[in-house]
Amino acid sequence: MTQPPPSRVRVTSPRMAAVRRGSSRPAVREIDEETDLGHVYMRTLVRSQLRLAALVLLVVGVTLGTLPLVFRYLPSSSTYRIGGVPLPWLVLGAGVYPYVVLLAYLYVRQAEHVERDFAAALDRARGEDPHGTSPPAVRRPSAPDGTRGNG
Amino acid sequence: MNALPLAGIALVTLASVAVGVFGLRISRTTSDFYVASRSVSPRANASAISGEYLSAASFLGVAGLVLAGGADMLWFPVGYTVGYLVLLVLVAAPLRRSGAYTLADFAEARLGSTTVRRVAAVLVVAIGWLYLWPQLTGAGITLRTATGLPTWVGSLVVTVVVGTVVASGGMRSITLVQAFQYWVKLTAIALPAMLLLAAWHQRGAVDPLPAGVGWVQPYGARPTAHGVYQTYSIMLALFLGTMGLPHVLVRFYTNPDGGAARRTTLTVLMMLSAFYLFPPVYGVLGRLYTPDLVASGHTDSVALLLPERLVGGTAGQLLGALVAAGAFAAFLSTSSGLAVSVCGVLDQDLLRTSATSQRGRRGTVPGFRTATVVAVGIPFALSSTQASLGLADTVGLAFAVAASTFCPLLVLGIWWPRLSSTGAVSGLLVGGLTASAAVLTTVLHLAPPGWPAALMAQPAAWSIPLALLTSVVVSLATPSRVPAHVARIMVRLHTPESVHVDRRVASTARRSPGTAERGVGDRTSRPGDR
Repeated sequence: MTQPPPSRVRVTSPRMAAVRRGSSRPAVREIDEETDLGHVYMRTLVRSQLRLAALVLLVVGVTLGTLPLVFRYLPSSSTYRIGGVPLPWLVLGAGVYPYVVLLAYLYVRQAEHVERDFAAALDRARGEDPHGTSPPAVRRPSAPDGTRGNG
Repeated sequence: MNALPLAGIALVTLASVAVGVFGLRISRTTSDFYVASRSVSPRANASAISGEYLSAASFLGVAGLVLAGGADMLWFPVGYTVGYLVLLVLVAAPLRRSGAYTLADFAEARLGSTTVRRVAAVLVVAIGWLYLWPQLTGAGITLRTATGLPTWVGSLVVTVVVGTVVASGGMRSITLVQAFQYWVKLTAIALPAMLLLAAWHQRGAVDPLPAGVGWVQPYGARPTAHGVYQTYSIMLALFLGTMGLPHVLVRFYTNPDGGAARRTTLTVLMMLSAFYLFPPVYGVLGRLYTPDLVASGHTDSVALLLPERLVGGTAGQLLGALVAAGAFAAFLSTSSGLAVSVCGVLDQDLLRTSATSQRGRRGTVPGFRTATVVAVGIPFALSSTQASLGLADTVGLAFAVAASTFCPLLVLGIWWPRLSSTGAVSGLLVGGLTASAAVLTTVLHLAPPGWPAALMAQPAAWSIPLALLTSVVVSLATPSRVPAHVARIMVRLHTPESVHVDRRVASTARRSPGTAERGVGDRTSRPGDR
């Protein structure tokens, strides 16, 4: 499917590159047709979401996950009292819940942000971004047009 | 004297049936029947998920565990809640976007293999039954404690009510019932807890958590070398098992899109957090006022008995009736949700002949009703055998099986394109067999005490990694069994609905008529697609 390279190149304007970026192919079609570029878009999206999920799980693992060890090897932590309530009861009985809700809230906000960036990047790739303020989350690779369709 | 709790239980039961039958008028076609037409608002959906999730284990079991086991047992409600955080970050939105209605649907859509579908279906039914069993036992305990009737009566009442509601109304009515029951349960646990605390304060506020008592300290009640192992294993089972519970996944299908699935989960987390503040209160006060339950081993009834012991008089009886009604709401809602899921799978995958399923229909309403009888009949039979495990322990085993089977399947299926159908089946089998063997060993008390018993009672810490590893290694060894359409599946799972990509999976993947039909239907009903 590789097109033969163009026989000659004529530079008609210094703004050639800018024009070429507003390609006639909508970015969504790259994904639909499973081109290399489409795969790059998808991989970027999936990786950012996975990185975000892993971060939340890491935070949970480091905070909640070490509590059993703290209670086991730092006995003073489980006899310490706040307002008459021993620390383990306060932490596990009440403190964990607002903490978990906060993590969930931050995650949802960030995950939606990633998705908005993805949608905006696709729109920009098609040259339809009216705002153009935020930097692109998904960059177009600098592969020449001719390689498309090989994926 | 027994009239008040009985009246409370009867009221909740009648109200559930009434809401259920009212819903019947709306649910007409098979698609309405299964998925509530996706017209359930996010907040109602979150109430429904919470209402469905807060089971006998949460309502009575947590209080009983804290009474018996002290500080260590606080990990149970924490785990039940954090399970939703893990579900939120790993599966909520992609699962909704997959368009799968059951775990079996997801397995088939992702891996394009009917074998995976069958194995997943069998596991859904097994987990459902394992989870239904303590619900029915709990109903028996509640009715016995409240009225003195034999245990099987309570189990039978819940079995019949759930069977009727599920068979007549389908999911639409279930959604309304569940949403209603979350608020019943929150009221029934929170109001008595606050009044009990007030009564405790009035009686001189004796410190229920005195220093130097082993029960108050972590690892104090069961000072064993494997305490740390057991705590971590429980955490893993509960954190990772929630996503594999069959009745939880069904609810996500009712969300209009992936973003709504996330926001619904966030609301669920808030609702569960509010609820779980209260059950430990009963366990802690129980140490002061119902110490005899620890000796007799009937710790699961502490929440039911405490109001009468601590407050006494008519007020105490009224509060006791409220708790009993709430507990019954818990059995009814969780059992209904489980029954719907088990029925769906029995009806679509296991009972129906292949000839009917190849006609390209999603099943008939009478078929669903036959499946209901099977779905609730077997756990009722199980519950009439005298189980020797606590409510929360049995539920914990259901979590362990779910975490060892569906957690690897979902996480790898959503995030790892190289998962092959052979790898998925191997993982499901290894996780399912090891965890079930551990469950059987524990229920029948076969393991020698010490480390073997501890490893069998809490298998999650070794069975989940084993299943995960099996899936990964076998997948890497069988790259030819990775479905050809995996790239398109990834697009479908992860792209936000605002991006108008083609979400249909290539025709080679449409082995199941149900999947194909849903693929198309999904597209037309998405608000983002115009």
